[in-house]
Amino acid sequence: MPPSVTLAVTRYRPEQESEPTLQTYEVPFRKDWVVLDALNYIKDNLDGSLSFRWSCRMGVCGSCGMMVNGSPKLTCAAFLSDYLPGPIRVEPLNYFPIIRDLVVDMTDFMHKLKKVKPWIIRAQEKPLADGEYLQTPDQLEMYKQFSMCINCMLCYSACPVYGLEQSFIGPAAIALAQRYNLDSRDEAARERLEILSEHDGMWQCTFVGECSKVCPKNVDPAGAIQQLKLVGAVDWFRFLLPWGTR
Amino acid sequence: MALVHDVLIIGGGGAGLRAAIAAAELDPRLDIAVVSKVYPMRSHTVSAEGGAAAVIKPGDSLDAHAYDTISGGDWLSDQDAVEAFVREAPAEMLQLEHWGCPWSREPDGHVAVRPFGGMKLERTWFAADKTGFHMLHALFQTTLKYDSIRRYDEWFVTKILVDEGRCQGVVAIEVATGRIQAVLAKAVILCTGGCGKVFPYTTNASIKNGDGMALAYRAGAPLKDMEFVQYHPTGLPFTGILITEATRSEGGWLLNKDGYRYLQDYDLGKPEPKPVFRSMELGPRDRLSQAFVKEQEKGRTLVGPYGHYVHLDIRHLGQKLIDKKLPFVRELCLKYENIDPVKEMIPVRPVVHYMMGGIHTDIHGATSLAGLFAAGEVACVSINGANRLGSNSLTELLVFGARAGTAAAAFASQQRKPSPSVLAQAQDEERRLGERFLRKTGGTEKVAALRAEMQKTMEESAGIYRTASVLEEAARKLRKLQERFHDVSLEDRSYTFNTELIAVLELSYMLDVAEAIVHSALQRRESRGSHQRTDYPKRDDTQFLAHSLATRGENGSPRIEYLSVTITRWPPAQRVYGR
Repeated sequence: MPPSVTLAVTRYRPEQESEPTLQTYEVPFRKDWVVLDALNYIKDNLDGSLSFRWSCRMGVCGSCGMMVNGSPKLTCAAFLSDYLPGPIRVEPLNYFPIIRDLVVDMTDFMHKLKKVKPWIIRAQEKPLADGEYLQTPDQLEMYKQFSMCINCMLCYSACPVYGLEQSFIGPAAIALAQRYNLDSRDEAARERLEILSEHDGMWQCTFVGECSKVCPKNVDPAGAIQQLKLVGAVDWFRFLLPWGTR
Repeated sequence: MALVHDVLIIGGGGAGLRAAIAAAELDPRLDIAVVSKVYPMRSHTVSAEGGAAAVIKPGDSLDAHAYDTISGGDWLSDQDAVEAFVREAPAEMLQLEHWGCPWSREPDGHVAVRPFGGMKLERTWFAADKTGFHMLHALFQTTLKYDSIRRYDEWFVTKILVDEGRCQGVVAIEVATGRIQAVLAKAVILCTGGCGKVFPYTTNASIKNGDGMALAYRAGAPLKDMEFVQYHPTGLPFTGILITEATRSEGGWLLNKDGYRYLQDYDLGKPEPKPVFRSMELGPRDRLSQAFVKEQEKGRTLVGPYGHYVHLDIRHLGQKLIDKKLPFVRELCLKYENIDPVKEMIPVRPVVHYMMGGIHTDIHGATSLAGLFAAGEVACVSINGANRLGSNSLTELLVFGARAGTAAAAFASQQRKPSPSVLAQAQDEERRLGERFLRKTGGTEKVAALRAEMQKTMEESAGIYRTASVLEEAARKLRKLQERFHDVSLEDRSYTFNTELIAVLELSYMLDVAEAIVHSALQRRESRGSHQRTDYPKRDDTQFLAHSLATRGENGSPRIEYLSVTITRWPPAQRVYGR
């Protein structure tokens, strides 16, 4: 085991620098340290001015996504030992504007999330006094995996379509739309399909599948997009027919 | 220019979002805003695993839930608050079901419940073992449908504005730009969660720094029962990552180095192959954490690179059950400890998990400062008394989040607009932040070093067992640290996303909260629930059947007073587990 490992980290302070640059830091190597531990070591001991987001350090808050040696990763789940001998390149997530150092601007996603109406929509609400909506384990299973999205943005960073065309609504937002579409309590799948079918919607996806590969929670946004395209195509076809149900 | 709203919520976790929806539902004309230092879905509610308690099954009763909560809290809970809590819990949980929370289900489609520590029967609703995550995302996504709820994501609050004896808003930093801005409101609700980061080993996320507690405390609102700090008995040794109590409610065992279920030696019942309610591994968290320390003293724990630990064994549950009901536990162990709990035992130790104490509120979430409300872990209503039962906190943030949201909205509708005179205070605050931190010259103390010393002091003095001499020494050390804090110096002087500035402000909050904890612990000369004094090992109902109230004194040190506990139907009795 090496005594230390070198990290090459993106620095960008817009008040001082016009372009992002890489700065190297040497940190102690520990077997149980992840990249995030190394970044915290830098911040606490070497350079207090390095900025990055983090919170839970257990892979569920979604804050600490970065590019590690060119791949989008949750840095709390990226062991230094998997990147030896180094240097390990740590950069902000691809395709997002950089605010500062390793911090990217994700307001675009927040707008997109709201746009797909990620909440239960029904024609008629059942009164609370009448109890829960019944939902069998099989019905739960239908949408469960799409509900596991932690909004960490790794999928956007891996998506070549988003890289080229930022108006693309993107994998996580589509997966979350499908999470509600497939929920037996929801009745607004058609409404969401219309939103997704707009020009910047899912038709742009070329099914590269990178989004599903990088997802740390095993969500399959590519699968959601395929499912939706199928429904969308059938729907569109029905629309053309005189006996369509629109 | 100030931003002005009717109801302003600080904190976008479970309590804050539930409060926001409650206010929006009460009156759609109200202008509501949520200020959060992180994007709401990053809030620490996300890490809660096991479940949320509410009576729904036949055979259960509100009284049984109330009794478990009150005895679990060693009779320090306010019983009127507990009664309101258990009564409103089922509707709140159903409401979340209607909002899309993916609760785990029975084969017939009804919501499933599981057993939990200190509870007499199964009443804990769960979404596999990611309950907090699913609750938070369901709440957050539901708030998106209300156009009256405006958000300030990644804004950090530095001060509560008080004028004419009434809270009228806050001063906050927009982290991305460094802009310092007054956000005025007719009512403010603090929902910023706990302060686990005051201690070195904790399940808490890095953002849990007692922000709201310190903000209220500085504004003159007292902190209640701060000496009651919950250690969760099963955290991973290095990271402090929580291994949910559900591992034990599903049948997991705690074993010492000899493979012996040691809890049987600590008046927690006899070992049975299957879990027994309120017994052994399903005893309350305070008792289990205390048993660990005793076991360590007997030399029967194991020792690893991060100190003493014991084993949590769930191998006998089998892969099928583990993957269905505890998938996150397996994922965490595999990813962070390189251990597969299907085949290996999990190393665990007690780690700081939850604050029973917090800002003193009434049953509606109102603090003693007019216009200021609080809900969730930041608040102390108190339902949790001297020890919270697992799965009551997620329910608490729904019940009391909703209550505080409704009460604050009602309060706001009767108030005049915030007075412009508070803007002068906001300018003073902007000047203070500049002079003390961003434009300060000199200073030699570093944030990380001061923080580490504070955490060490707290672990050594205000841990599972406490004693007067050590607490007195800790109080002196914390005073010293407060003085040294004045000499703190930042390396980062930029305005754009300055996380060092945020860290230094968080440290100042933690130092205040740490002092409140240590002084409250020093004054309570008895042992009750999570507060165990080796020099006063017995519960003392004549003197201390009372809540401590810590108020910030003239010199900054806390002054401790007491407030009687509300007893309705359950007179203080002995806590009995396992028999």
